Amino acid sequence: MKNFAELIKTLDSSNKTSVKVDALTNYFLKASDEDKVWTIAILSHRRPPRPVNTTLLRLWANELANIPLWLFEESYHIVGDLAETIALVIPTTKEHSDKSLTEYLQEIVALKKKTDSEKKEYLQTNWLNLNYYERFVFTKLITGSFRIGLSQKLMTRALSKAENIDEDTLAYKLMGDWNPNTVTFQELILDEKSSDYLSKPYPFYLAYPIEGELENLGNPEDWSAEHKWDGIRSQTIIRDNEIYVWSRGEELVTDKYPEFSSFLGIIPNGTVIDGEILPFIENQIGTFNDLQTRIGRKNVSASVLKKTPVIIKAYDLLEWQGNDIRNLPYEERRNLLEELFTTLLGKDIPLQLSERVTFSTWEDIANERLKSREMKSEGLMLKRKDSPYLVGRKKGDWWKWKIEPLTIDAVLTYAMRGHGRRSNLFTDYTFALWQENENNERELVTFAKAYSGLTDAEFRMVDDFIKKNTLERFGPVRSVTPKLVFEIGFEGIALSKRHKSGVATRFPRILRWRHDKKIEEANSIEDLKNMIV
Amino acid sequence: MNPPLLEFNDKGIYCHQADVYLDPWRPVKNAIITHGHSDHSRWGHENYITHYSNVPIIKYRLGEINVTGKNWNETFTINGVKFSFHPAGHIIGSAQIRVEYKGEIWVFTGDYKTEDDGISVPYEVVKCHSFITECTFGLPAFKWEPQTDVMTDINNWWAENRAEGKTSVLFGYSLGKAQRLLKYLDPSIGQIYTHGAIENMTNIVRPQIELPPTTRVTVETKKEDLLGNIVIAPPSAHGSSWIRRMTPFVTGTASGWMAFRGARRRRAVDRGFVLSDHCDWTGLLESIKATGAEKVICTHGYSDIFSRYLRELGYDARTAHTQYDGETNDSDEL
Repeated sequence: MKNFAELIKTLDSSNKTSVKVDALTNYFLKASDEDKVWTIAILSHRRPPRPVNTTLLRLWANELANIPLWLFEESYHIVGDLAETIALVIPTTKEHSDKSLTEYLQEIVALKKKTDSEKKEYLQTNWLNLNYYERFVFTKLITGSFRIGLSQKLMTRALSKAENIDEDTLAYKLMGDWNPNTVTFQELILDEKSSDYLSKPYPFYLAYPIEGELENLGNPEDWSAEHKWDGIRSQTIIRDNEIYVWSRGEELVTDKYPEFSSFLGIIPNGTVIDGEILPFIENQIGTFNDLQTRIGRKNVSASVLKKTPVIIKAYDLLEWQGNDIRNLPYEERRNLLEELFTTLLGKDIPLQLSERVTFSTWEDIANERLKSREMKSEGLMLKRKDSPYLVGRKKGDWWKWKIEPLTIDAVLTYAMRGHGRRSNLFTDYTFALWQENENNERELVTFAKAYSGLTDAEFRMVDDFIKKNTLERFGPVRSVTPKLVFEIGFEGIALSKRHKSGVATRFPRILRWRHDKKIEEANSIEDLKNMIV
Repeated sequence: MNPPLLEFNDKGIYCHQADVYLDPWRPVKNAIITHGHSDHSRWGHENYITHYSNVPIIKYRLGEINVTGKNWNETFTINGVKFSFHPAGHIIGSAQIRVEYKGEIWVFTGDYKTEDDGISVPYEVVKCHSFITECTFGLPAFKWEPQTDVMTDINNWWAENRAEGKTSVLFGYSLGKAQRLLKYLDPSIGQIYTHGAIENMTNIVRPQIELPPTTRVTVETKKEDLLGNIVIAPPSAHGSSWIRRMTPFVTGTASGWMAFRGARRRRAVDRGFVLSDHCDWTGLLESIKATGAEKVICTHGYSDIFSRYLRELGYDARTAHTQYDGETNDSDEL
């Protein structure tokens, strides 16, 4: 545990990628095989299920800190991270612990089945046996991810350096559903066994937003374009009469979308399709908001299936007839995919082709992009015809060209302290728009939350305003005098019963501070509803 | 009813009976000053009274002012009110102000810390009825490690950076923190350089404390000269072109706020050292208890939370709004 805590401290205390990768490489060179497996698991968000809920964690930590619970809560709001708060308020003793990371994690896995009093005893003993930073890391292992600015890509790079294995091969080995509690380092990283790969997805290739002018991409003939769908990126694997559907978050979501099992027997074994899961209601592509009703659920009821059916829009083919074809040029993979679709004619399965856009000039493309909202897409994807299917986010061959966001001017009404690096500033804001109430008076109604889009200097100014213009406090939230107007951008909009305003917006964010506008000049809920296509 | 011995108005902490202000934030006739940080000793008063060791500091900062110096425990009486200065342990020359009238005793702490830093005269408990205390770090999340441990970390960090051929840049306020760092840096590791603001302030206090030799970074300083050495700079220098020309370098900040991971990341320094010139949670609670005060007024810091907790402990505690910053988390220089 000491080494792992040291590692996290180093990763957390540097803003430089090279320092992080070096620290992790050195850690991998020294760590035991079992610690390596757990480290990979944790840094790729495969922590064990939470054995204790946070209410109990707070209570037990608070008991050791010997302070009133409200004081613990206030501290938590200010620190902004539960594990960090727990580590800070519990006193450090002269005790120490030499248990390994693996021992701790095995105990945490086993803890889930223990009684509450056993859990309490375990946690309190260990909190007192660890120093401040180890206590933080130990608690984080229980509560959540580390957020230390280390992507899976960098982790893979470090492991690749330490083990001398090609980065892309490693990325592939680390995909999918493996359990750090049962798999060995030998099995996970070193062995070459094809049977393990039955359910394994390929690492996703991700696009960057387009930079500069379209013309800089060269000859339009070298490019292919299609609409960019706003659903869940997915990979559908059909091998040995089994289907596996993976989301981009490397989550196996086959059970959440039972409608796709109808692919079996129709799509041949040895096929892997890259595509987007989309809500498809009454033969129309729905909004992301519709899809939300499917995402969070473990058990999908018949009524939900009926209310929000889904389809996959297929845009690429990664495996065909059992062969990994990622190195074929995009054009050839697309031709194979389109051939596959000709065999599907007349078959009633929820799989559609993401059509290619025909164009001869960059201007055609620009015009097509303007139709995005009508097409229920969020813009266009541009893919170089001769490009292989790469691993991760790479520049050059694939670009996304999103439509300009919808915008509206709204009034800041509530604020909350940020988390992590913004924990001492009020940076999480709630915005409101005007609406007429039953007495024909205009009032401000909350419509969206946003916490990005301002510069650090602007955040400090707004923070200062909030501290001086607080009306009421509700725990971490403050209501503020309505005075500041901001332009809010968002990608999509849909009617919603779950929102007070009756409208749900997608990816709301602050575009700019409208110093020039008074609150009376902000938009209304009516204006917002008029934007719904 | 008579006004309380000390009250808070829009100019500062006011003693009606003596017609003087303690650490006023607007220009007044008579100001009694706890210490040299700019939120406590402001410009524009007609007369300043402060401890002797603070006199050169505020003269340097405020220019030609009319200032009288006093000794520790030296009582001076204004219209029947007895005033005296007592060590606050915050920075060089920092004092608490004791105010006594007709047997009633108030103490205003200014800023203070309980740990003996070896350069300020250590904090002294002053018995009183009413205690006006800062509570910059008045949360149980703040607990300081002993200074020797933190300084060992800092020296190890410097030595590591030197081994990698990099310059160490360490940020700390030019008055107080910078001298405390200088005092305990290990000159056997390398040379100590300073930013101009720190060099100037350090020269002002050198007659009062023994500090290792320092070299001012000037336009003539070559970055090759700095490699492996340490540069002490005020936080405002972070991200400036002044720093960038020292590449390759590693940055560190010494501040109480570094206890929070978020604060360090927001400042984008490579390393945070938790070293404060204010009391931590335990320091505040213990010193309040030791004064024997029944009434506690909390000024700058997490004052609402802290005074609520004091009330639960049985004190008659409240918050007063002032314009003191404490150890600020966001602005750069006090």
